[in-house]
Amino acid sequence: MLRFYPTDVLLLLTVLAMALFLVLSLRQEHLRRPWRKVMGSPTGLVSALLLGLFTTVAVLDSVRIDQGAQTLSLLDLGLSNLRTSTEKTYSEPLGVYASVHEMVRTSDGHETWTAPRLVFGGRHLVHPEEDRLRDLAQRFFKGGVLGGLAGALLALLTAWILWPRRNLLAFSVRTFWAELPRSLRAVMITWVVLGCLIGIAVALAGGYHVLGTDKVGNDVLFQCLKGVRTGIVIGTLTTLATLPLSLGLGILAGFYRGWVDDVIQYLYTTLNAVPGVLLIAAAMLVMESVMGRHEAMFQSLPARADFRLLALCLILGITSWTGLCRLIRAETLKLREMEYVQAARILGVSEFRILLRHILPNLFHLVLISVALDFSSLVLAEAVLSYINIGVDPSTESWGNMINTARLELARDPPVWWSLLGAFGFMFVLVLCANLLADVLRDAFDPKRENAA
Amino acid sequence: MMGYLLRRVLYGFPLLLGINILTFILFFVVNTPDDMARMHLGQKHVTAEGIAKWKHERGYDLPLFYAEKETGLRCLTETIFVRKSLGLFVFDFGQSDAGRNIGADIRERMWPSLAIAVPSLFLGLVIDIGLALGLVFFRLSRLEYAGLALCVALMSISTLFYIIAGQYLLGRWFQWVPISGFGEGLDAFRFVVLPVLIGAVSGVGSGVRWYRTLFIEEIERDYVRTARAKGLSEARVLFRHVLRNAMIPILTGVVVLLPLLFTGSLLTESFFAIPGLGSYTIDAISQQDFAIVRAMVFLGACLYIVGLLLTDLSYAWVDPRIRLDD
Repeated sequence: MLRFYPTDVLLLLTVLAMALFLVLSLRQEHLRRPWRKVMGSPTGLVSALLLGLFTTVAVLDSVRIDQGAQTLSLLDLGLSNLRTSTEKTYSEPLGVYASVHEMVRTSDGHETWTAPRLVFGGRHLVHPEEDRLRDLAQRFFKGGVLGGLAGALLALLTAWILWPRRNLLAFSVRTFWAELPRSLRAVMITWVVLGCLIGIAVALAGGYHVLGTDKVGNDVLFQCLKGVRTGIVIGTLTTLATLPLSLGLGILAGFYRGWVDDVIQYLYTTLNAVPGVLLIAAAMLVMESVMGRHEAMFQSLPARADFRLLALCLILGITSWTGLCRLIRAETLKLREMEYVQAARILGVSEFRILLRHILPNLFHLVLISVALDFSSLVLAEAVLSYINIGVDPSTESWGNMINTARLELARDPPVWWSLLGAFGFMFVLVLCANLLADVLRDAFDPKRENAA
Repeated sequence: MMGYLLRRVLYGFPLLLGINILTFILFFVVNTPDDMARMHLGQKHVTAEGIAKWKHERGYDLPLFYAEKETGLRCLTETIFVRKSLGLFVFDFGQSDAGRNIGADIRERMWPSLAIAVPSLFLGLVIDIGLALGLVFFRLSRLEYAGLALCVALMSISTLFYIIAGQYLLGRWFQWVPISGFGEGLDAFRFVVLPVLIGAVSGVGSGVRWYRTLFIEEIERDYVRTARAKGLSEARVLFRHVLRNAMIPILTGVVVLLPLLFTGSLLTESFFAIPGLGSYTIDAISQQDFAIVRAMVFLGACLYIVGLLLTDLSYAWVDPRIRLDD
């Protein structure tokens, strides 16, 4: 029995819409050239690949199945090993003992003050002190080799799909590598490296907690993976909320000018004048108290957390549409004076049709660039907002919440650094990919940067 | 000039009014005073009398827009809108929901905010511009490529990481500076170093990229080619010609930020326990003290408008081609 929360449906729809958009724009001759530029850039292709993997994780985490008492996503089911292997409390990455000492009763009846063995981490080891390193090395190599091979297969598959000269069998290995475009070479290398890394992680996760466990003994790697969905939801759904406002109002202001323009300009200057964080905070505070009044609306805690996530996206969207709106207004002002628009008008094409057929498609590059640029800042903003407690619900798995709970743990002795490292690491990779891809997209699609290096 | 200024100031009023109405709707219409009272008194054990008393003490028991019971002009003045919202226009911030005088709080807490924000801004500027000039000097070389890649990487790191790592490294590991807190007078210096440093460093990635694009734009101009053709050294071209001309966009970009320095940085101040306006706001948010949040929103908007005005003035000041009287 499948169960979808609102953000699940919206996320899946958004991913579908983006794919559709990509296909449609590939059929437009004038857009095919910039896309080819993106395909030819190693950074662009590699970051697109990694973003694709993150999105896959998010999508897997958005398809949920009702199982009696609890609702689990496909990701939960696939990683049930990680999800259920909880410990009592903190433990180091790849550790065998807990990080917190406690009274342990030994077999001869004495009580000693020591760090107990973990329930899951390294339970297959009989003599952990001697065997642990050998076992880790074995898993490391086995996982690395197998994962690397799988990655190589995927690499070949990608090259076969993306490279127009399909007859790969006609090449010897050396000429193949030499003739392969640089970007595809980079993608193939990325696949192999990724394969190794994932293989190692899978092999190690079979017997240990790769990134340790947190205060209540949950696996940190699993939490990091769960955080992917929240990050992607915030990055994409917020944009979805922004687009109707910025696109609609921007086009109206630029096309009709006059009082429409004045009103819309007044609107966005007003919104711009309020410091962003404060507006978000104010809206979230009000949201929370409204939600408190309508407690009955939410059947369960997850439904409530999901509603809050959706509300956060909407609020972020409403507070951040002004930048793009201004750009679109300026571009529309320019476009409406173009000869082809004048010609269409003289030919008696209706205003609505002019907007739809002649103006809207030419704003595509602005939207694409701004969506890509906003994505990374939204992912980063989530962490900050969660820290001020106006972000996602505390029960939602997100990197911001992980950082928020873990930041005081650095003060423990010995410091607990792995939760922070995991959350920051995952966030860094996602944001870095988004930033790099945004740069490549901007260089490819912005006509002003035609000749820029 | 004076006419222009006057017009700009007058144009600010509808903006402020819009913001005023926006926050009013958010805090008094969507979320009624009854809800506020219930939230402050605790959701469960509240009596109707308790709510009425709480509202009366804070003046929230008046009608929203129009008082039917009153006569004459008092119909309009004896309302929450006039009492609580329009008062902001004369900077009468009134009392917070917890009973403190917001105006006095703001005057007192402004200084620690400035002590952090002003040095961060200027240190950041010096570092960013210096590094950006360096990148431009070595443009089209591997060094520039590596520098730009590093900038993207630095941009992708969360601000929270800079703060947490900085506190741990400098505060706990080396113990050079106190981890958080604030002191009086010269003692404050010890506390200011770390937040200022982190504030400057966390902006380096995006800052250097931004200033680099400004310089690159300038470097493609004809006068730069002329300067090179005269045989000037590259360093001289950069410092004497490019930097001086790029100062126009740099200066105007900074001026718009200046007024907002008063409100401080929410994140830095709350992490370092600095008693400034940023942490004031954060505390208000976590205690759900709407009166303070409303006041801060209004103050921020005013400062933003002042910033825009200053930008226009600074344009006219540094660029003789721009004249403000039309």
